[in-house]
Amino acid sequence: MSEQPFRVLPAVTDDNEHFWRGGEHGELRFLRCADCGTWIHPPQPRCPSCWSTDVAPQASSGRGRILTYTINRQPWYPGLDPPYVVAIVELDDQEGLRLTTNIVNVDPDDVDFDQRVRVTFEEYPDRNGSVWLPFFEPDPGVGDVPAQEVS
Amino acid sequence: MTWTDIGERRAVVSGVGQSEVGRRIYPDPLGLTLDACIAAVEHAGLQLSDIDGLATYPGNMNQPPGFSGVGITEVHDALRLELNWFAGGLELPGQLGSVANAVAAVATGLCRHVLCFRTVWEASAQGDAGRASVTMGGGGGGGGFRASSFMQWTLPFGAPSAANWIGMMANLHFHRYGTTREQLAWIALNSRRNAEINPKAIYRTPMSMQDYLDVRMISDPLCLYDCDVPADGSTAVIISRAESAGDLARPPVRIEAIGTALRGRPSWDQFDDLTTMALRDAALMMWERTDLTAEQVHIAELYDGFSFITLAWLEAFGFCAQGEGGAFIDGGTRIAREAAQTPGSVALNTHGGQLSAGRLHGYGFLHEACVQLWGEAGERQVSVDGGPPTIGIAAAGGGPLAAAFLLRTD
Repeated sequence: MSEQPFRVLPAVTDDNEHFWRGGEHGELRFLRCADCGTWIHPPQPRCPSCWSTDVAPQASSGRGRILTYTINRQPWYPGLDPPYVVAIVELDDQEGLRLTTNIVNVDPDDVDFDQRVRVTFEEYPDRNGSVWLPFFEPDPGVGDVPAQEVS
Repeated sequence: MTWTDIGERRAVVSGVGQSEVGRRIYPDPLGLTLDACIAAVEHAGLQLSDIDGLATYPGNMNQPPGFSGVGITEVHDALRLELNWFAGGLELPGQLGSVANAVAAVATGLCRHVLCFRTVWEASAQGDAGRASVTMGGGGGGGGFRASSFMQWTLPFGAPSAANWIGMMANLHFHRYGTTREQLAWIALNSRRNAEINPKAIYRTPMSMQDYLDVRMISDPLCLYDCDVPADGSTAVIISRAESAGDLARPPVRIEAIGTALRGRPSWDQFDDLTTMALRDAALMMWERTDLTAEQVHIAELYDGFSFITLAWLEAFGFCAQGEGGAFIDGGTRIAREAAQTPGSVALNTHGGQLSAGRLHGYGFLHEACVQLWGEAGERQVSVDGGPPTIGIAAAGGGPLAAAFLLRTD
């Protein structure tokens, strides 16, 4: 196995472990309100819609679209070579349920706005246990074909 | 929203001061700060013993390198001030949020004269590592740093810089409204043109459109010249009670209205409209608190940590409609020094902004607005009807951080 690119890893806590380790089970997990169904990100102890405290991790669809992105060309870290795509992805599960991520397994020049993507995890071993970084890749399994493939 | 008590009008700007500004001058940050503070007090026609309030952003902190280094306590002690009120910190509506704090303290009668300061020495502190030194946790794997709070959502994805976060916002603006690099370039070109006649500006050699288009990209669509230049320097501003006007060296700059609002989620990636950022709310609140309109504004000193932020501020203030910022700045005539007097135009970043004059981080814009309104800007002085401009905006911040000041001397 080739050496992994350098990544700053998150400090895993009881509050965010579902997000950073859900990938072990192939799941992109967010908190969800048991009373009203609202998805919550980043994690917080009450639902921002109904203020219920009955919130718990749940697997999302892991599918969504690229809200916006940038091709980073600046070498910020030794061991993480540009260019790579930084994007904000909005999940299908709820309008506004979004996260910053990388778009992988695609030429950066082939990334586009509104492109359909799906989560793909990469395990990073850490001293207190692995974390699974949720990246996104083009989603071929959905009928909504990316615009550049239509033209 | 309708406001009934415009308390900021009980406060004025009575003086400004600034240290030497430069690249890698290897300063003592406290020395720079005291230079600026003493200059501002003298400029206002006050004595240090008159100062009974102290405010700063972001307070004393060690990271990122050179971002601060001087806090309230050091300046309080070094100047042997006797204070009735003080505040320093980071969790504010942008860098000028510290000045808004001072205005509130003066308006509520907690103190009479507040010395506000902001010191950076990023050029020296970053040293030969340059901007790469700001990426916390850098330097290879196996380090002890683990990301928490907001940074945990960006650092693992190789996005440690606001260049990445603002790059995504700019890219969305380009996509949604058809904005182009050739348009955005005019923020940088206009600033360089103004910096050419600012003796304290860091970059003063002419920049052409081809220079801009040829320079290396940082995070699409932002290139190197869309990013401000780290600097060493300190800026100070004195906020005084309006009643003290008779005791001052010159007629004060009056504060017509302030905007400090953040009505969306306080986040770089969760905010509802990523093409407007918090600037939308700060600008809207400022206009809610005055009868003046954008057409009456002569000068606008608008934060340019990245050029796109300035374009977003222009739209937020209504100098043009949302999405039309690219067309508004295209060609540069509507934002040139000579545009101050033309309705529908505004003289923008008359000192060269942080892009060319140096990243004094927010305070430089308020300093420049006041210097222009006082007619003390030298060769770069903007002229309106043969005199200095009388209505100006100073605004700072980007992403979820923003504060706006509407200033007047008429």
